[in-house]
Amino acid sequence: MSETATPATGVSKSLKELDRAVIRFAGDSGDGMQLTGEQFTTESAWAGNDIATLPNFPAEIRAPAGTLFGVSSFQLQFGSQRVYTPGDRLDCLVAMNPAALKVHVGDLKTGGLLIVNTQAFDKRNLDKAGYAANPLDDPTLAERYRLHKVDMTALTHEAIKDLALNAKEKDRTKNFFALGLVSWIYTRPLEPTLEWIRKKFGKTPSIAEANTRVLKAGHAFGETAEIFGEHYAVEPAEMAPGLYRAMTGNRALAWGLLAAAQRSKVPLVYGAYPITPASDILHELALHKRFRVRTIQAEDEIAAVTSAIGASFGGAIGVTGSSGPGVALKGEGIGLAVMAELPLVIFDIQRGGPSTGLPTKTEQADLMQALYGRNSESPVVVLAPATPGDCFYIAYEAVRIAAKYMVPVIVLSDGFLANGSEPWLIPDPATLPPIEIGFRTEKDGFFPYLRDPATLARPWVRPGTPGLEHRIGGIEKQDVTGNISYDPENHDHMVRTRAEKVRRVAQEIPPTSINGPATGDVLVVGWGGTYGAITAAVERTRAEGKSVASIHLRHMNPLPPDLGHILREYRRVLVPEINSGQLVRVLRAEYLVDAVGFNRVRGLPLASEEIHEAINQLLGSQA
Amino acid sequence: MSPSGADAKEAPKYTKKDFESDQDVRWCPGCGDYAILSAVQKAMPDLGIPKEDIVFISGIGCSSRFPYYMNTYGFHTIHGRAPALATGLRLARPDLKVFVVTGDGDGLSIGGNHMLHVLRRNVNVTILLFNNRIYGLTKGQYSPTSELGKVTKSTPMGSADRPVNPLAFALGCGATFVARAVDRNIQHMEETLKRAARHHGAAFLEILQNCNVYNDLAWNVMYDKEQKVQYELRLQHGKPLLFGPADDRSAVIMDGVVPKVVKAKDVPESALWTHDERNVNAAKLLADLFAPDFPVPIGVLEDIEAPIYENVLLDQEQRALSERGPGDIAKLLTSGDTWRISEGA
Ligand SMILES: Cc1ncc(C[n+]2csc(CCOP(=O)(O)OP(=O)(O)O)c2C)c(N)n1
Ligand code: SF4
Ligand SMILES: [Mg+2]
Repeated sequence: MSETATPATGVSKSLKELDRAVIRFAGDSGDGMQLTGEQFTTESAWAGNDIATLPNFPAEIRAPAGTLFGVSSFQLQFGSQRVYTPGDRLDCLVAMNPAALKVHVGDLKTGGLLIVNTQAFDKRNLDKAGYAANPLDDPTLAERYRLHKVDMTALTHEAIKDLALNAKEKDRTKNFFALGLVSWIYTRPLEPTLEWIRKKFGKTPSIAEANTRVLKAGHAFGETAEIFGEHYAVEPAEMAPGLYRAMTGNRALAWGLLAAAQRSKVPLVYGAYPITPASDILHELALHKRFRVRTIQAEDEIAAVTSAIGASFGGAIGVTGSSGPGVALKGEGIGLAVMAELPLVIFDIQRGGPSTGLPTKTEQADLMQALYGRNSESPVVVLAPATPGDCFYIAYEAVRIAAKYMVPVIVLSDGFLANGSEPWLIPDPATLPPIEIGFRTEKDGFFPYLRDPATLARPWVRPGTPGLEHRIGGIEKQDVTGNISYDPENHDHMVRTRAEKVRRVAQEIPPTSINGPATGDVLVVGWGGTYGAITAAVERTRAEGKSVASIHLRHMNPLPPDLGHILREYRRVLVPEINSGQLVRVLRAEYLVDAVGFNRVRGLPLASEEIHEAINQLLGSQA
Repeated sequence: MSPSGADAKEAPKYTKKDFESDQDVRWCPGCGDYAILSAVQKAMPDLGIPKEDIVFISGIGCSSRFPYYMNTYGFHTIHGRAPALATGLRLARPDLKVFVVTGDGDGLSIGGNHMLHVLRRNVNVTILLFNNRIYGLTKGQYSPTSELGKVTKSTPMGSADRPVNPLAFALGCGATFVARAVDRNIQHMEETLKRAARHHGAAFLEILQNCNVYNDLAWNVMYDKEQKVQYELRLQHGKPLLFGPADDRSAVIMDGVVPKVVKAKDVPESALWTHDERNVNAAKLLADLFAPDFPVPIGVLEDIEAPIYENVLLDQEQRALSERGPGDIAKLLTSGDTWRISEGA
């Protein structure tokens, strides 16, 4: 127990019930804010809440300390009801230095809880953050927010003063003080974090001891310091019963592939060139060689996609993953897979662009690239997961479709889904649909472009099969025989056949589930990582008594067969996207509906508040 | 999984005909590619590999049409990417014997990066680079191996870029087998092809090829009878570097670290340079020799052993499997931090 804390034993602290809370931990890149946020997430998962997270970190690996662009943050929302998004406005902000305060305080609700580490507000840090005077001395800050000035650095050092660690090592544990304090404020269990510390620092007991003590000191500080008059409880959410784990989108994509490899009994080759925010998929897959998943860190994105195609040609499942810039490079390779009619899965973890753009920020602006970003008529299947956990099912489905239809499948995830996590009900893998791979071995009647009547897929032949030696390639070929053909009618026929093959994937799409009335004033159509924000906004407008529904597309190409019908059941259609209007364009072209977009391209998820407003505007304008 | 194909399986006794596909060969009459095709088809039976286990992968170019004419598995891919595609294929299917067919533009211009990496990784593939010092398929622009000042459609006043030497490039990339053959020296080409195909690891074989339409006689020094006698240096492991007419032999010797041509009779036998395929540094010196100041070495410059990329990775997989057993997704999903939400919670 720290002596610098105001002794306040005997002060009774009231416990308030909350439905939900939105918290952001913000500090310098070196302050361990991601870890703090992740641990707080785990604690909240233990507490049985529903959760959505939003990590946000600078593109620079070691951004200069104290600067505005070096600020790293982790936001989460947890609640006793369904939580769809990491939240728009903050109930609580923890700012570990002036730069973090400056960058984030604008998002804090008036009257929100603001906890700052006072010791970091020295001249140097204030200068770096561009503060002429210490903002903590400005009375308006304390008027607007419930400001708690805590000298976390001193309290941390005090708690571990007798430990044989140097000042820097001691300093580094102060994020656990913040975590302990906020854990007390929101009555989170410390056990998962204590357990994590034990596991993580088992080999360095002094560090384990320091972190443990500082965590408890933070907790105790909340309990005893006079400044915290109340704390909050958030009841467990009503969630489907079962076993849960926290799941991020990238891990879910990787595990979906593992599930597909195991189920199909075919090796999987993942070719990739490192790029944010897709690299973690490569890292994750490289850990699981026991699944016969083989990873290639290729020399570039072109090699990544072509090595995956080579693997598919060999009878393995070829997968490649990147972000927008890398997918641009893969275009010609994807076209080859279209032409050779080989299975191929391409992950595009979208980020802000064009060019290098905002590498660590999210965006949904690669839809057109996925649909059309190749030369000539080059149709592919495009899928988009709606939540981090959904990435598992989408990856699995991508492999299943690619193998069944002998076609490339692009999966459009994004930076928000990739790094965000949610409590995920662990599925029984036996309930996943089978991935049936039947390599052709029968010689009689074999032709390389013979087609399955239901799927139009050509036979998949593993080299090594006697009697089926054949040649394929990127040159146009005669249907069925696969011989090179420059015949005009044949080309027209093949262009249509390749398109029809992709169109037939529509038979795999389940009926679209509608959130809200089956007919009404406004239908909100979304796709990808905006699922939570849209759903929350739509539920809010419905609670206000308005006739609003939403659907969330997971199949971007082909589109669900019932979509055209659904769109016509509403007077207006609103399409919120983190781009300047891509899906809305497709819907207008495809269905001749007067859909309107809601578009913000800031590198951030859409806020449900702004979607709510957009829905109301549309309702108001329709008269 | 034997590294260089399915030599565990008994291959039938093949003839050249077994490797001829039913497709019409579409190269220009007189093109050097015909001779190469014939030599490859002839060499195949001697490799003793079942033909269903053989795959030819190519990029784009006249040379890259090659797989269509081989009655094996084949994939005519996209410009420059054959080495990368072959890498994925080998990792998926280490039981297959994989050939890569490429051109000077395909392999050293658009695909130069992939060539570098397939060689340095030592992927077990046999690479045949048809060097005609020109872009054939696109009708005659200069290529990265064209000589400086080359006048073509795209360089009416002569090219401004210095050529790359494919052998020196391959050696610089850390290739473990580097050789050269000539399209008009059929017997030697066949032998060199077989050596390349039997190598464990990435084998790089440059084949000097005549494009009689856009760059006729670019390798005349190897075609013209008189010049050939003067300049052809046949490399043989353990034999001295001797060349020239039988009655007037010349030798390449080392003058310090600089190769030098002398009359064989003027130097003692002990001063001769004995060819050693395992000597990488010597191979690098040999790679740079060319007429008119030096002879033109053909045959195997270098043949060494090094770890093979896919074998290393597949060994890791085997190790992971034998130490921990096959992966189980159901177990993985429930591993680590999990929590249960019970009915009515
Ligand atoms: C992406 C792309 N760029 C350009 C081309 C056009 N192209 C086809 S072959 C070729 C050059 C081939 O030269 P080389 O590799 O020397 O083969 P050769 O025809 O001489 O055998 C070019 C530029 C192409 N097919 N694809
Ligand atoms: S253009 Fe040249 S390389 Fe191509 S087929 Fe004709 S002769 Fe051969
Ligand atoms: Mg050429």
